[in-house]
This record gives sequence, C-alpha cells and structure tokens, in this order.
Amino acid sequence: MRADKNRLRRTMMFLNAQKPSLIKDPYIYKLDSIMLDLEDAVAENQKDAARFSLYHALQEIDYRGCERVVRINGLDTPYWREDIRCSVAGGCDAIRIPKTECANDVKLVENAVADAEKEFGLEEGSVLIMAAIESARGVMKALEICEASERIFGIALSGGDYTKDLHTHISGTGLELMGARQNLVIAARAAKVQCFDTVYTNLNDMEGFRRDVETIHLMGFDGKSIINPRQISIVHEIFTPTEKDIIFSEKVVKEIDAKKAMGIGVFTVDGKMIDIAFYDGAKRVIELAKASGVYKGDL
Amino acid sequence: MINAVGREIPEEILEMTGKEVFHGNHYYDGYEYKKDGPRTKCVMNSNGSKLLGSLREALEKCEIKDGMTVSFHHHFREGDYVVNMVMKEIHEMGIKDITICASSLGKAHDPIVPYIEDGTITNIQSSGVRGKIGEAISNGKLQGLAIMRSHGGRVRALETGETHIDIAFIGSPTCDEYGNCRGIGGKSDCGVLSYAMADAQYADKVVAITDCLVPFPNFPAHISMTNVDYVVEVDEIGDPKKIATGAAKPTTDQRKLMMADYCTQFVINTPYFKDGFSYQTGVGGASIASTITLAQEMKKRGIRMRFGVGGLTKPMCDLLINDQVDALLDTQDFDLDAVQSVKNLKHFRISAGEYADPFNKGAVVNKLDFVILAALEVDVHFNCNVVVDSGGMITGAQGGHPDTAMGAKCSIIIAPLLQGRIPAICTDVTTVTTPGESVDVVITDYGIVINPRRQDLIEAMKGVDLPFKTIEELRDIAYSIAGEPEKVQFGDRIVGVIEARDGTIMDVVRQIKPFEFRESR
Amino acid sequence: MRKNTINEKQEDERMEIKKPAMAGTLESSDCQVTVEAGDGAIDFSLESSVINQYGNQIRNVVYETLERLGVKNVRISVVDKGALDCTIRARVEGAVYRSVDQKEQIPWGGAVRS
Repeated sequence: MRADKNRLRRTMMFLNAQKPSLIKDPYIYKLDSIMLDLEDAVAENQKDAARFSLYHALQEIDYRGCERVVRINGLDTPYWREDIRCSVAGGCDAIRIPKTECANDVKLVENAVADAEKEFGLEEGSVLIMAAIESARGVMKALEICEASERIFGIALSGGDYTKDLHTHISGTGLELMGARQNLVIAARAAKVQCFDTVYTNLNDMEGFRRDVETIHLMGFDGKSIINPRQISIVHEIFTPTEKDIIFSEKVVKEIDAKKAMGIGVFTVDGKMIDIAFYDGAKRVIELAKASGVYKGDL
Repeated sequence: MINAVGREIPEEILEMTGKEVFHGNHYYDGYEYKKDGPRTKCVMNSNGSKLLGSLREALEKCEIKDGMTVSFHHHFREGDYVVNMVMKEIHEMGIKDITICASSLGKAHDPIVPYIEDGTITNIQSSGVRGKIGEAISNGKLQGLAIMRSHGGRVRALETGETHIDIAFIGSPTCDEYGNCRGIGGKSDCGVLSYAMADAQYADKVVAITDCLVPFPNFPAHISMTNVDYVVEVDEIGDPKKIATGAAKPTTDQRKLMMADYCTQFVINTPYFKDGFSYQTGVGGASIASTITLAQEMKKRGIRMRFGVGGLTKPMCDLLINDQVDALLDTQDFDLDAVQSVKNLKHFRISAGEYADPFNKGAVVNKLDFVILAALEVDVHFNCNVVVDSGGMITGAQGGHPDTAMGAKCSIIIAPLLQGRIPAICTDVTTVTTPGESVDVVITDYGIVINPRRQDLIEAMKGVDLPFKTIEELRDIAYSIAGEPEKVQFGDRIVGVIEARDGTIMDVVRQIKPFEFRESR
Repeated sequence: MRKNTINEKQEDERMEIKKPAMAGTLESSDCQVTVEAGDGAIDFSLESSVINQYGNQIRNVVYETLERLGVKNVRISVVDKGALDCTIRARVEGAVYRSVDQKEQIPWGGAVRS
C-alpha cells in the first residue's frame, strides 16, 4: 500500500516519544498528525529508552487515523540509523529529518528507510519522509531537498535554529522568518510537495498565535507545527474553508464542468469572471472542506 | 438483600442499623413524620454571659460522658482546628465511645486517628472522609460503623432523630458573648455557616468557639443566640490560608477545556437553557472552565441566569459582578472571591436544609435546572462513586452529589475516561453513592452519553454536533486502552455504610485487604 | 502486526543480566523498572498505584516480556504509576538492554515485540 503523500496535514503536534502521558492518547484532540520526537525533547542518556517507548506506542496504540511521524536524531549523531530501524519496524507513517541541508541528507535517510523496510518485511515505499529545514543553507537548497526522493511529502521550517543561523531571533512579528517562509513555500509548490510552518512557542499569547497562523495560511502553507493541543482549534479554524468559499467553489466547479461540455471558456459566477484557470483552486477548496469535515454537498 | 441499584446489603447491617435498603429515589416522597427536637435548658435571667474560660469548662458544663454524639461543621475545610482541639480535650478527659457527626472530615483531622485507635471515637457520621481517617476506617480501626451521608441526608438524619446530637461545637469566625455567630469577619472568615445551622437547631447543647469575640449584638446572626448555650474564645479556630484560598487559576489543560466545551455546548442545546435558568457547579477544573464558557454563551445569546447555587467559586461570583445572574444561593465558599461576595446583597446564605434536605417541605436542589458534577467512577447503569478510590480506600465525600443530581432537571457528570490507568466508565462502580436514576448526562474526553431514561434530552440533541456515544461504548473504549480492571479484593468486615438521601442503604464499604497475586508463577 | 524474518530469536537463546540497570520514571502513566542479576530465577516485585485492578495484568506483561527476551535469571522490580502495557513492555526492555549495554541492532519485531 502506497502511503498518502497528499493527506490533510493542518496540524502536526510535537510529542516527546519518551513520555507515556503525552503519547498515550493525543488523538482525542482530533489533530491531523503527531510528531513523535526522538531528537531535542529526549535527553542524551534516554535515547535508547525512548526507542522502546516509541516502538510499542506505534505497535499498540490505536491513533485513530492520526498520522504518526517520527522525528529522528540528526544525521551528525550516532542515533539516527537505529531511530529509523525502530520507527520503521514499529510501523510509523513517516520520518522527519532534522536539520536537512541538501539532497544528499534525504538520500541517506531514504536508503536507511528502504533497508529497514526490507529488514522488517514492509512493502518498499510504505514509509514517507519529510525534511525539516533549519539553516540558511537548507533554505537555499529547498528545491533540491523537495525533489531528492519520491518519498518526500513535504518540508517544514524550523524557526529556532534557522534564526540563530541567520544571526537573529524569533521576535513574534514574523519579520525574521519572511524570507525563509517565502522560499520554502515556493520551493514546495514548485516540487508539488507540502509545506509546514514552524512552531509558535508563546502559549500565553493566543492572539499572536492566531495572527501567525493567518499569515502562513495566506502565504500558502499547508499546515503548522504545534506544541500544545490548545493550538489545534485555531489552526483548524483558519485552515478550514469558509462557507462562502465553499459555496462559491462549488458553483465554479459545477459551472466549469457544465460549460466545458458546451464549449464555453469564459463566464461569470456571482459577478466574477471565471475561466478554466479557476478550476484547480476551486477543486482544492472542496477537497479541503471535505477533509475538514465541513462539506455537505454532492461533489 | 439486594437494593434498587443491585447492591447486596447484608442482613446483619440492616439489623445493626435498623435501616431499609434503598428502594429508589422517590420511595419516601410524601412521607409524614414528626421532627425531633433538642432538649433545651432555658435562660431567663438578665445578667448572664455565656462566655466560659475554657473548652474544658464547656465540656464539663455540657456534661460530656461516654457514648455521646458530638458534631462539627467543615466550613474551615483543610484549615480547621476545631475538631482536633475539641477531640483532644475529650480524649484528655478520658471519655470513650464518642460518635462524631460532622458535615465532613478531611486531612486537617489526621491528628484524631489515635483517638479512633484507642476507642475514644467509635462511630463516625460524615459526608465523607479524606486522609488518614479514611485509611483508618478502611483498615478496620473504627470499632463501630462509618456512615457516609450527603449534605441533605445529614439534615434529614437530624430532623428525624435518627441521629441526635448531644453537643454541637460550632467554630465561628465572629461571635458575641451571648452566642450570635457569623461566618464573616474575624481572622478565620469562611463566609457562611450553612452546614452548622441544623446542628444549632437540633443539638441539646450548642457551644460556639471563636477566635474573634465582638460586642453584642453580632447581627445579623447566621446562628442565633437563641440556640447557643456557651461561648468559648480560643487563640485560633483555623488557618486562614487554608480556609479560603486565592481563586484557582482557570485551567489550561486542553483535555479539561475540551470537556468543559462539550458541557457548555450540551447545556445551551437543552430546552432548559433559557432566560431565568438555574445552575450549580463544582470546583473541579473542568466545572470551573465550563462556568466560564457558559458565561460567554449567556452574554452572546442575551440569556440571564435566575439563580446559581453552591459551593461557590470566583467564576460563579463573577456572574453576579457582571450582572448575569439575579441571585446566588450559598452553602459554602471555596475561595476568597466567594467569601468577599457574601457581602453582595444578591448573594444569599442558605442552610444545608434549605439547600438539599429531602425531608423538609422542599429544598433548593429541587428548583435546579442544571448541576455539573464530577465522579471517580460511573458505571453502565449510570451509578456514580464519589467516595471510594480505586484501591477500595475511603477517600472522598458525598457532599451534595446525590442531592443535586436527584434534584436538578439535568444533572451532568464530567470525568476523563481514564484517571491514570483506571477507567472512569466501568461495568460496576466499586461503591454506589449516587444512583443512576439521578444521572442524566456523562461527559468524557472520549465522548458524551445521555442516560437512555432521558429520551427527551436525546431528542433535544438531534442534529447537535457533539460526539455522542452509548455508555457501553465508552466503557469498551476505556477497557480497550487500559485493559479490563479486576475488582478490588475486599475483606469481609463492613466498615462503612453509604446512606441514600432518604436514610436507606445505598451500599456498604468493606475493610480493605492487601493485594495478592492470583496464582504464583 | 508484521512478520519478522531475520530477527527471530532462538527459543533457547538466553540473555544474562550483566549489571544493574534502570529505565522509566515515576511520572504519571509511566513506570520505573530496575533489573539486576538474580539467584537463578525470576524474582519479581511490584509497587503500583493500580495494583488492585491491574496487578495480575502487570505481572503477566513483565513475565511475557522477559520470556521473549530470554531473561531467566533476574531480580526485577517495578514501580508503576498507572502505565499502560505498551509502556511496561518498553521499560522492561529498556532496563534489560541497558544491563547488557546494547543500544543498537535491537531485534525490533523479534525478541522485542508487542
């Protein structure tokens, strides 16, 4: 079974793979993906224990349709190969590579994943990969990273390390992230993969979080990394198409389908000039509405 | 004999207590009886003060002797000093076989455990017990029985004479030398004295204990001089820091917020949510959060509450400050904001009898539209346990749980599906405190259940976007995650009785037994 | 569950505890497992906040896990704070592999499985 590269991924929540209380039932918050972390959240002397915890969680906990991504340790550490064996054997949906700098990083991981699939008797290609970009170099190489493997479903910005590399810091305004965000989303779209934004760490500023999510939604991101279940509903609210958008898109799709048969190329919907170029966008709104559980129409 | 909630109540207990088994909520509706009354020593002279020099003197004047029943209230919560100081004195006098009739007992009273062990205290009647007293009872240290009764049930027991208090000790934040007691003022301000009012009315002797003596008249009195025999002044009746704490910070735990949100969504979709509705809630994180979100919905929809009841906390008092409710009816104050709010003219003190007594001519709980409660366990018959923990130990109190659940038109229990590993929704609760016929809705983080007895509510929720499930589905989810729990292994001896509101027996609590593995490996 | 082909542990393969080791924490939903070399058999002790409901279940999970790992001579003590079976398995394995200093080439899906 080929994994679903294009599934809905509005929210991707970081969870320390070593903490049973966190990983036992995050699905109750109805988020799209969880990111079980073996990297930064796990202390150096707990890397071994975290893998056993991860393996059995993947094997035994029914995450109820929530995608299970594992963040492995960096390729400059002694841990990442065993991390991949453990994750693949456990049956994760995807591997997240931290600090991705170039296409070769992706290739390394791809090979290790393929080896693990073979070792543990999985169909080749069942485990996907996403790349986290955490440096200026990574941003500049974004397109080649996106295109480095068939398994890549998306890239994510990791703002903390990236701003350090840029000799600045997270300010809360988003100014320092503008270039990276723009670059990554363009690269991802060019490579036809998804793009995810960095975390917003100030849990006391929910208004700031909302503005941040509105910004990245407008920029074209597919979703956001989050650190607390409290952030989920805001992201979903912003990423869910409005009723107005849905009704309009439905009309556009239906009209184009009908008019195409009649050979008419340009027409109006609700007073707006519409042609075939609107078709994909409108289709996407309907698909997103369906995936978000708010579409009740017949398309 | 099997009672109406399917619990086997042994004959020996029925004989020992002279009680019937629980027959269902309305078995005693319309019952007529003549109320018990206190033996009263009248005071006609015009030159007296009731002030005595010491607690010892008061005990002597009250002619304390073996086998008597003494009573206490729990308005000072975990900051109470009164129970310990009185029991210490009684112990030093060498008195034995005392029955304590308290509105509740907590961790503050751990120091009286030795008096249980040496036979000074042989019977306990309380809403519940926490801490070391609970452990002592569960371990079989109490010679007699612990009777756990609800706040309303306690007043009933006094009115019918089932329990007759010989001496009531009433800790009073302010008091004058003639015995007029008030819950407000002084250093140990607790706001109200609701639970002590029945004691003052029905006890033969009433001793007011205060650490703030004020000039006569301490009016308006919460407990009147007409019921008080003696007044004793002591250094401290409680620890103010533990009597009323600062208001709890609203929870940021998303699981609780989610359950609170389900609760509010449920409430506003019932037919009872309209101008003039009434509401009571507890002090748990989810309950408080649901009061906050409910207040927002009321504002949005222009709906006003007629009255709120409690067990009050800041979010309820904020409704009064923000002019969203006409009146608050107060039996207890859980934080400083609630204590302060007592001064508001629309904040009314009520007695435990007015609040919840099933044997008077009608109590406030009967006028409630909604009550939001918690529970340790709820079973597939909707019976709730709020007294006994997962190890079989007595660790909680009935409080007003059975009273409000029965009285309210819509009683809602909020509980996370799993408390640690322990399923909150199970096949049979360890011990029944509130019968399933009183419980209408159960809200968990995994879904919401409406009791099938309430087809009207099921009908009202058609088309409402909430995760409705059956109670069996929730139990099955819990068991699939945690595994099916084994039943607690109890000993044979019965150490406690869970009394229903009407005085019949809801369930019994047995002595705990150390865990043993099933078979050796 | 997936079939494992190359990591299947031999039935008679034994694993000896080389040094005392511990895994897990005392946080809620976790458990702390300590192992040390035994006196020729499995010596199991349990302290648990849910022992009344799940004591037998926890013991079964610990014994099954030890059996799969081939550990037959161990003193193992578990302090449980309401951990689910998956966590108990993970902590037992974590402690056992620490006791033999093995951090890589863990037999996922073989001796280590659910």
